[in-house]
Amino acid sequence: MYKLYTAILKELRIMLRDKAALAVMFLMPVLLVVVITSIQNSSLKMINDNTVPMLVCNRDGGESSLQFIDALKKIGMFDLQKIDSALTDKQLTDSMHAHDALIAVVVPQGFTSALKSKSQNITGKALTEFGMSVKLEQDSSALVKETPPVAMFYNPVLQESFRLSVNGALKSAQQFTENRAVLQALYLAMSDKKLPDSLEQQILNNKSVINQIPTAKDGSRKIPNATQHNVPAWTIFAMFFIVVSLSTNVVKEKISGSFIRLKTLPTSFILNLAAKQITYIVVTLAQVLVIFSLGIFLFPHIALPKLVLPENLGSLFLVSIACGWCAVSYGILIGVYAKSMEQAIGFGAVSVVILAAIGGIVVPSFAMPESLHLLMKISPLHWCMEAYNTLFLEGGYMTNVLYSLLPILLIITAMQFAAIAGLKKQRLI
Amino acid sequence: MESAAIQISNLNFQYAENSGVIFKDFNLNIAVGERFGLLGPNGAGKTTLMNLMTGVLQSKSGNIQLLGKEISEDKEVKKLFGFVPQFHSFYQELSPAENLEFFGAWAGLNRTEIKERTKELLTVLGLSNVADKPVSKFSGGMKNRVNLAIGVIHRPKILFLDEPTTGVDVQTRHAIVDYLKELNKAGTTLIYTSHHLTEAESLCTKVALIDEGKIIAQNDLQTLLQEHKQDGLEGLFLNLTGRSYRDS
Repeated sequence: MYKLYTAILKELRIMLRDKAALAVMFLMPVLLVVVITSIQNSSLKMINDNTVPMLVCNRDGGESSLQFIDALKKIGMFDLQKIDSALTDKQLTDSMHAHDALIAVVVPQGFTSALKSKSQNITGKALTEFGMSVKLEQDSSALVKETPPVAMFYNPVLQESFRLSVNGALKSAQQFTENRAVLQALYLAMSDKKLPDSLEQQILNNKSVINQIPTAKDGSRKIPNATQHNVPAWTIFAMFFIVVSLSTNVVKEKISGSFIRLKTLPTSFILNLAAKQITYIVVTLAQVLVIFSLGIFLFPHIALPKLVLPENLGSLFLVSIACGWCAVSYGILIGVYAKSMEQAIGFGAVSVVILAAIGGIVVPSFAMPESLHLLMKISPLHWCMEAYNTLFLEGGYMTNVLYSLLPILLIITAMQFAAIAGLKKQRLI
Repeated sequence: MESAAIQISNLNFQYAENSGVIFKDFNLNIAVGERFGLLGPNGAGKTTLMNLMTGVLQSKSGNIQLLGKEISEDKEVKKLFGFVPQFHSFYQELSPAENLEFFGAWAGLNRTEIKERTKELLTVLGLSNVADKPVSKFSGGMKNRVNLAIGVIHRPKILFLDEPTTGVDVQTRHAIVDYLKELNKAGTTLIYTSHHLTEAESLCTKVALIDEGKIIAQNDLQTLLQEHKQDGLEGLFLNLTGRSYRDS
């Protein structure tokens, strides 16, 4: 035990004296998790909570166009800012940049008259179907004008999914305006009276609500947010980024001849590998502690959602150890096969970024293209992410996590064997 | 009869199947208590031989015995010898005391023994005042002394030294040689390689000249010089190995 103790002490001393490595292991992930969660949270907030700035250019000015704009306002998604109706499309684009608006809507000239004509036509046809003969403001058989389309100008940076939801909102407002016009025409034709406001509101205002319920394995209904995805995701990234420090540590020992010297001593070399793994697994657990603590204690103070830990803390601990061990095994593997420190740092860092990208750390795996799904499964970071997602987003238990833990353990075993084979080939053990 | 510290019989070694043979039916005996110099030009096989004697490399066939025990993974055999590699094979981020603590434990010493030996070695090798400073800030000579201290911390019966004075000043070289002579007086057998022939002359009681994996001369230094009618080791060396470049 004393030998193991001195080996762990040696590793800790070396690591704690390398300030740059410590910054990479702790400061970089802390910055990453705060910055990326803030960015993602603000874009989600923009879509979910806040109103989006939208310029409205009403080139029609008629009753229906005003009703359309009013309907848009009632949707609650947009912060409408009316602009001069005489603006050209070019001026409108400039105005969007000036007002920092991502979207502008142009209600075309003739919108009201076309809508009125359409509603009269529908009313006439409906009443004729009922066998009623009523006098309309306008002859229903008259040529119906097509409603000129409402134009949506958008900034190209706008994500397609968000653009589609704006498009849906515009269609909904237009539908509402058309329904209103038809209803008013029908009522007027049948009763010779204007549709009372209260009745109109009752008929048109759809108060039905759709309940959106996230389903979790533990039956809870926590709503996933940027924090619940990003904190575990960037913790995994941080764990794997220790490859930079660990692999250079291994390369240094190879180059200096320390490995050779250890081989001449009456102690198994495996103890040296075990000491490295224990030390660096403890470091990865410290990373988990630091980053999760940030999510719990700091995030609420900087207007970010608080990290909610899974109820099953035992599973969380086991998953964290497995992920840490996987990261440490990868670091040792890179160190064993790298011929220089530059090679270890370069390949280690770049490979972790690539494995993170294909593993669902940067972009959640469900949002990745189908073609990458097979590739994703070779990334150890993917299985780590899956295990954390099972706990954080789905409220899963140990049995649910096993599905992801088994591939992690297989990857660890493969990497350990490959590292030992590499050391043997290089006659270092 | 003098007992053997090292006994090598019919040693055969090559690095890979398709690479050249380094040693073929190689034999060597080194008696207990000797200060034995393994000398030879670059690529002669000195470091490879040292790596085979310390178990860093495994031979294809043949037998190597240290004090009558075959070199193997056996912990007891490994306790018999110390190794001072050519390079600074320790942790530069740690202090001499921390390095000695780690390597001492791995050599099988307990906490108390390590403490005593660390104090003793750092004093003898003039490193007491820098015992707790990181080695990375040391001069080459100081690093060589740390390298030596690690090799002898467990009081080995045989000490292998692979060019222990490379890149150090005259003062450090003399201090190291004097210390090695002291160790030998206390009973440690020294197996030493170097390109410093004057240093080898002053340190070694017996030398073996190796070239291309073969011993081309072996005896005590004075006898060898008389046999080959040479005044010094350098003349003997050039006489036996020639003057052409040995770029390996």
